[in-house]
Amino acid sequence: MKKMFAPLLVIVAAMFAAAPIMIAQAPFESTMGLIQKIFYYHVPSWMAMYSAIVVCGVASAIYLFKGRADVDCYAVSAAELAVLFGLMGLVTGPLWGRKAWGVWWQWDARLTSALLLELIFVAYLMVRKFGGPGSEKLAAATALFGTATAPFVYKSVDIWRTVHPKTSVVPLLASSMPGAGRPFALSSIAFILLFVVLLTLRVKLARQQNTLDNLYLAQEDR
Amino acid sequence: MFLRTALLVLRKDFAIEMKSLEVLLTTLFFAVSCVLVFAFAFVKDGRAPEDAAAGILWIAIAFAGTLALGRTFERERYSETLRALLLAPAPRAALYVGKLLGMLALLGVAEGLLVPLVAFLFQASAWFSRPLLLLAVLAGGTVGFAAVGTLFAAMLVRARSRDVLLPILLYPITIPVIIGGVRGTAALLASPADEVTATMWIGILFAFDVVFVTLSLWTFEPLMTE
Repeated sequence: MKKMFAPLLVIVAAMFAAAPIMIAQAPFESTMGLIQKIFYYHVPSWMAMYSAIVVCGVASAIYLFKGRADVDCYAVSAAELAVLFGLMGLVTGPLWGRKAWGVWWQWDARLTSALLLELIFVAYLMVRKFGGPGSEKLAAATALFGTATAPFVYKSVDIWRTVHPKTSVVPLLASSMPGAGRPFALSSIAFILLFVVLLTLRVKLARQQNTLDNLYLAQEDR
Repeated sequence: MFLRTALLVLRKDFAIEMKSLEVLLTTLFFAVSCVLVFAFAFVKDGRAPEDAAAGILWIAIAFAGTLALGRTFERERYSETLRALLLAPAPRAALYVGKLLGMLALLGVAEGLLVPLVAFLFQASAWFSRPLLLLAVLAGGTVGFAAVGTLFAAMLVRARSRDVLLPILLYPITIPVIIGGVRGTAALLASPADEVTATMWIGILFAFDVVFVTLSLWTFEPLMTE
């Protein structure tokens, strides 16, 4: 992973540099016009959040059931990134909603449940910060519940009638607007790679923190 | 063995509770005062808004439930009785089920008081014309809430600042269940009662219950191992 990191960083940087140009060249949607282009950031940021949630859930399950403390680094790092990308989605969403619906926020099933998902992972971070020793396991259980909620959030637009576009909107837009598919794919991959880069960095930091803590403990034991 | 352990835990909790009635009385009193606070918040010109009853009922259940969860496990913390329970040669999941049954019984009693009270104070007597659907919504919501609550309250016994962390963890995770309960009971209040919507929410509630109970049974053992 260490050798891969620098090239990966360059690739992500290049992709994020290229994305605005490609998005600018992408065709305008017929009714929404310019504001529709926020999709190229909004949808990928949720994709990155779901990736983070999956990583956090799997890592938490391994930590909880196999007792492998090193995997816990991945869980806490992914949870932080889930909150970060979720926040990006929660900011870009209302920006679009203000133009498309005329209001910043609608209490429909998708928006409400997405906010809840964000709150669950904020709660995860709070438990880690304020729970004191032994709270890692409690946090892991929180992450498992959050991961179990995530599919409901994703499917909520298809179960309930919402103002938020359904999950079918991405293939629909791609087929109705030729030329929109490529920038969308680029931004999606860029966001997921960004998540991988940030995760690698954050895991490294978490490991160093663990090492430092162990050294302190060893020093005290003397 | 499994069921017997669960029932033994339930019987133990029941016996302790019957001696003092501490958790039951405080929970009931708190639930009723919650309802009163809402009465002051919502009532205009002597009348409450039409569909406020559903929300008031579930918020009172959630708040009172949190209080009860905190108290029941606080009791286990005195003289380390939770550790004694965990040391018993019994399946851990059975201990969880026993605790969950106790919680459900307590919340059931609280709802037995709250539902008529809210129906009486907020013009919601329409609930009683569909008793089975009302029971299904109440059961679905309560099981989901209590399943998550029991797991986290048990886990938090050992954590620092547990009183703050319980609601912080409990509310985001259980809000889908609370929403389901509110929507389901609100559908029953519409005139005529919207049975289709109510049944849909009952289905969603039970789906969440299955997920939450499975996850709790699955994680209780590793969570309670030190």
